[in-house]
Amino acid sequence: MNDSTRSITQAASAQTTTHSQERPAINVAKRPSPIRSRVLMVVYIVFVLLPIYWLLNMSFQTNSEILGELTFWPQEFTLENYANIFSDPNWYMGYVNSITYVLMNMLISITVALPAAYAFSRYQFIGDKHLFFWLLTNLMAPPAVFLLPYFQLYYTVGLFDTHIAVALAHCLFNIPLAVWILEGFMSSVPKEIDETAFIDGYSFPKFFVKIFIPMIRSGIGVTLFFLFMFSWVELLLARTLTSTNAQPIASVMTRTSTASGIDWGTLAAAGVLTILPGIVVVYFVRNHIAKGFALGRT
Amino acid sequence: MNDKVRNNKAWWLILPMLLLVAFSAIIPLMTVVNYSVQDVFDAQTRYFTGTEWFVQMLNDPALQSALGRQFVFSLTILAIEVPLGIGIALLMPKKGWQASAVLILVTLPLLIPWNVVGSIWQIFTRGDIGLMGWSLRELGYSYNITRSPLDAWITIIIMDVWHWTPLIALLCYSGLRAIPEAYYQAARIDRASRWAIFRYIQLPKLTNVLVIGILLRFMHSFMIYAEPFVLTGGGPGSSTTFLSQALAIMATAQFDVGPSAAFSLIYFLIILLVSWVFYTAIMNMQKDKKERGA
Repeated sequence: MNDSTRSITQAASAQTTTHSQERPAINVAKRPSPIRSRVLMVVYIVFVLLPIYWLLNMSFQTNSEILGELTFWPQEFTLENYANIFSDPNWYMGYVNSITYVLMNMLISITVALPAAYAFSRYQFIGDKHLFFWLLTNLMAPPAVFLLPYFQLYYTVGLFDTHIAVALAHCLFNIPLAVWILEGFMSSVPKEIDETAFIDGYSFPKFFVKIFIPMIRSGIGVTLFFLFMFSWVELLLARTLTSTNAQPIASVMTRTSTASGIDWGTLAAAGVLTILPGIVVVYFVRNHIAKGFALGRT
Repeated sequence: MNDKVRNNKAWWLILPMLLLVAFSAIIPLMTVVNYSVQDVFDAQTRYFTGTEWFVQMLNDPALQSALGRQFVFSLTILAIEVPLGIGIALLMPKKGWQASAVLILVTLPLLIPWNVVGSIWQIFTRGDIGLMGWSLRELGYSYNITRSPLDAWITIIIMDVWHWTPLIALLCYSGLRAIPEAYYQAARIDRASRWAIFRYIQLPKLTNVLVIGILLRFMHSFMIYAEPFVLTGGGPGSSTTFLSQALAIMATAQFDVGPSAAFSLIYFLIILLVSWVFYTAIMNMQKDKKERGA
């Protein structure tokens, strides 16, 4: 790049740093061959969808058809596998339990993470850097390490086999994650906004709820997406901390393998049903993902 | 952004979070530390053992080989997923309904519970009822993940690429969206080649998100448990038993809290150490680049 273009890009970047979040992206880079890139994209999408298609295919088949000749789509289309799940409280309560503790965890995490992230992004205080680093180390803690102590801890305080136990256990990695993501978004909001609001006579809580939170909406959306994702997909802790009352769907699914073999049809149907909540969540945040997935750190 | 206000009252904002994380992190971690230096016979009888368990664990062949496998696995999937993720991010459509549709489809694998990912691939790769296993057999390759360690390894790596490349792709996609159009216009005026645009405009803008992506991927791949557990059960033999599973086997099968606590701490420290090395290395690289550029 020569000097003139460098100054153009610098001016452009200075101008867009504050507004890049709101602005619709218009950067259609010139591509050498759009057809080839489209073909490659399709190939990748097929790779993503193929195993899911196979699961879906099997969920509509009877076990005798699954174990018989390999068929690419259900020959005798059946909803029996889904009926099995929706008629048995052991099965469908698994979904209810999972969703319950995921929502509890999202609520707890975001509530405590918002003020903490604000403190990290706006203030200097004793031990701030060390504290932030320590928080991030919790993200790196393998759940397997905490299995035994968690079991003992929650058993001692009488929370074993409750939804709140799993929700609290998932805070181990979800709160640090939420603080980390939110801190990025909050730091990209100019400080002058806070100062102006305080001069205008806003109290801190009022400013925070009325002005600041609406400004980082897409950041909160992305954070909630990540909280949902990591709590929904985690199995090891959820399975260890529950037995019957709060059993997550992931561990109910192990019931499909019995002495007489594996009930493939029901397993596949249960698997399909675990994918659906994810699709709903992605659909809601799809517009925020594109802008916000970089966690405010571009 | 070094103009932060010095104010120790900010601790009040942190306090609720700190109490919660302390409850779910510090108390359990201290329990682990406590166990790791004791030999527990029953509720009353216990002896202080010092570093004995640590020495024993570090010399344990099962742990050493699991650690070796873990590093091979993590580095392999990083080497595949990072370039692939960048490539996909560059290919993803930027606007219109196609952009939304592709975004949702690409995100899909990230939101499937980890053990279900294992089940999906178990079903998909079985020789009798799975599309992939059956196709490979029809093509004349005797594919069997319960017999051949090589097949099991390749399948687990393909599964991980399927599962986690979307994370890198989405991070990069969102990094690319943040590049102002003026940069591309300037590049067009300079008649920059496609490669030059990537190398000097897109890649530098992606470093921040890539640091996040690589760190997250490294950490999670180092903790992988549910997917190989469901798919191969760690086998054949122990050829796909990674650290988490080795630890779970030890903790549940042998009822030996001392050694498994020592194992846990060693495991945690390795992750911390490697993440720190990664992070510092990448940060230094960026600093060098900035100094050279200035």
